[in-house]
Amino acid sequence: MDYYEIFISVLSSTIRLSIPLIFTALAGLFSERAGVFDIGLEGKMLGSAFAAACVAYLTDSAWLGLGAGIVCSVALSLVHGFASITNRGNQIVSGVAINFFVAGITIVLGQAWFGQGGRTPQLVPEARFAPIILPGADAIREVPIIGPLYAGVISGNNILTYLAFLAVPFSWWVLYRTRFGLRLRAVGENPGAVDTAGISVTWLRYRAVMCAGILCGFAGTYLAIAQSAAFIKDMSAGRGYIALAALVFAKWKPVPVMFACLLFGFLDALANFMQGKSVPLIGEVPVQVFQALPYILTCVLLAGFIGVAIPPKAGGVPYTKER
Amino acid sequence: MSTASVTLPRWINYGLIPLLNLIVAFLISGFVIWLIGESPLAALSLLIEGVFGSGEGIGFTLYYATSFIFTGLSVAVAIHAGLFNIGSEGQAYIGGLGCALVALALDNYVPWYVTMPIAVIGAGIFGAAWAFIPAFLQAKRGSHIVITTIMFNFIAATLMVYLLVHVLIVPGKMAPETRTFLEGGQLPKLGWIMSMFGSKLGAAPFNVSFIIALVAAWFVWMLVWRSKLGFEMRTLGVSPTAAVYAGVPYARTVIIAMLLSGALAGMMALNPVMGSSARLQVEFVGGAGFVGIAVSLMGRNHPLGIIFSAILFGALYRGGDWISFEMPNITREMILVIQGLVILFAGALEYMFRPAMVLIYQQFKRA
Repeated sequence: MDYYEIFISVLSSTIRLSIPLIFTALAGLFSERAGVFDIGLEGKMLGSAFAAACVAYLTDSAWLGLGAGIVCSVALSLVHGFASITNRGNQIVSGVAINFFVAGITIVLGQAWFGQGGRTPQLVPEARFAPIILPGADAIREVPIIGPLYAGVISGNNILTYLAFLAVPFSWWVLYRTRFGLRLRAVGENPGAVDTAGISVTWLRYRAVMCAGILCGFAGTYLAIAQSAAFIKDMSAGRGYIALAALVFAKWKPVPVMFACLLFGFLDALANFMQGKSVPLIGEVPVQVFQALPYILTCVLLAGFIGVAIPPKAGGVPYTKER
Repeated sequence: MSTASVTLPRWINYGLIPLLNLIVAFLISGFVIWLIGESPLAALSLLIEGVFGSGEGIGFTLYYATSFIFTGLSVAVAIHAGLFNIGSEGQAYIGGLGCALVALALDNYVPWYVTMPIAVIGAGIFGAAWAFIPAFLQAKRGSHIVITTIMFNFIAATLMVYLLVHVLIVPGKMAPETRTFLEGGQLPKLGWIMSMFGSKLGAAPFNVSFIIALVAAWFVWMLVWRSKLGFEMRTLGVSPTAAVYAGVPYARTVIIAMLLSGALAGMMALNPVMGSSARLQVEFVGGAGFVGIAVSLMGRNHPLGIIFSAILFGALYRGGDWISFEMPNITREMILVIQGLVILFAGALEYMFRPAMVLIYQQFKRA
């Protein structure tokens, strides 16, 4: 295989592996920018993957699956909101609770309903989001350099992939160019000021966690019915936490979030590619090195060695009106 | 009207409200069981039968509880200093490395009672070392401890898989685990305690580390409520600014609290590694670090409460095994559901019933 082909194949798997991260990290962005920490991203992604797979299997419709994924994820967001906004509970504890609950319930229900050890049955092609061949992809496949790039990387992805890349500028626009976004960012920095201006902190934060729910719904749906053709237990496999790391890495900003996710996706793709191959001068690099890199990089960043990541000021603090 | 400032008697605050939260969590779990077409009452009676039906059931319950006491104490010590340590899982994992290295080095030469104290120290030091970096980053560089400890859980997991697959594995074997420890590296079972009550331990790996866990609980109580350091930690936990103003050294106290937390998490490894399987295996912690969060929250971060809630969770784990064996429709993961609900209601929603309680209490006082 020549080097350019390797490059194309790693690049296309980078994109495949980044999509759930992008959706989830954007979800975390909305929530955390409004001052609500969200450790429960992992659980929401897993829950929506399960819901999407179940409904897609029962209805043979990918779009209904997506709807179910979003509904499930938003419902979990509302639980998180009820605990951490209305009841002023600890946001981290609430997120941990959601992760546990979902990790268990998906397997319990999956086993009870389908009896395949927590899996859902294999989906028919109509129940999945199929790859979209962009116009002219086949025609220019043979053109050197650009051809494989267009046909192998840009074309041939499913609709959720394109939506993920559209979600990035859209999130930026919502957060920085709309009144809602301005208030949302303000409520994460200084909820008291927002309250004084006569705007409901509670309602704003609820809307923010619902946005997070919707985006996590896309992420879970992508995992279950676009990338795979069924729900498999624990299929989110820590991606919610990686997305959290990407969020820190991107310093809570939408466009850097996309690049951080692409970087972590690339590390993942590289790890898969490098398995069993040796690097000149170093020898065989253990897969675990690539797997641990996003976490290590995040810690290094958090320590302030590569710029400073400052979280939203009111993050993690429940808002109390009086006193 | 704010009800947060009304003082309630201790039995309501520390007894009734947690109990109410627990009951709600169980009711919802029962609903889930009903939803999948099984009888919640039958599941409950199976759970009770599984735990109390035999000495083996009690033995397994206490075996699980031992791990949860350690991790619960680990979480609690950090919480008293205002730190939320989600990293007990990783610290316990690395603690297992310390404990296994001691056992591998000594089991050939000395009996278990010589190996044990050194293994306790080894596990504690390795666990503490894994907590040190997040602690240092929190104290000196202001990195959020929740995020760094989560990251360190994953780093620990990948590191241990690497070590077990490439370094510690027995040459020629496929399973990623160390060799089996000889008798000098195994903790004896506590069958004699069971026989005192006229019952048999059976296959349950209930072992000496339970006693170490009880000693650790006593130590934590002494430390947090009876020592200067404990007072400083609690002050820091209530209000960092006030504590610093009063002269509590912030960085030092944060680091010491996390080292203790990590050491307690690390010692948990004694129970599965030296007490049960007699070898270091992949994923031997099995989520006990996270269970510690629920245990600590249920036990209101007090050692005595932690012992009780650890036994409760031990019973859930044992009972969960039993139920999934007898009712194939209910898988073992039902425990995770119950655990999530307990964390949600006892932790995040702990004040949900408080306003109602205050109203009822005031009605009664007036009458």
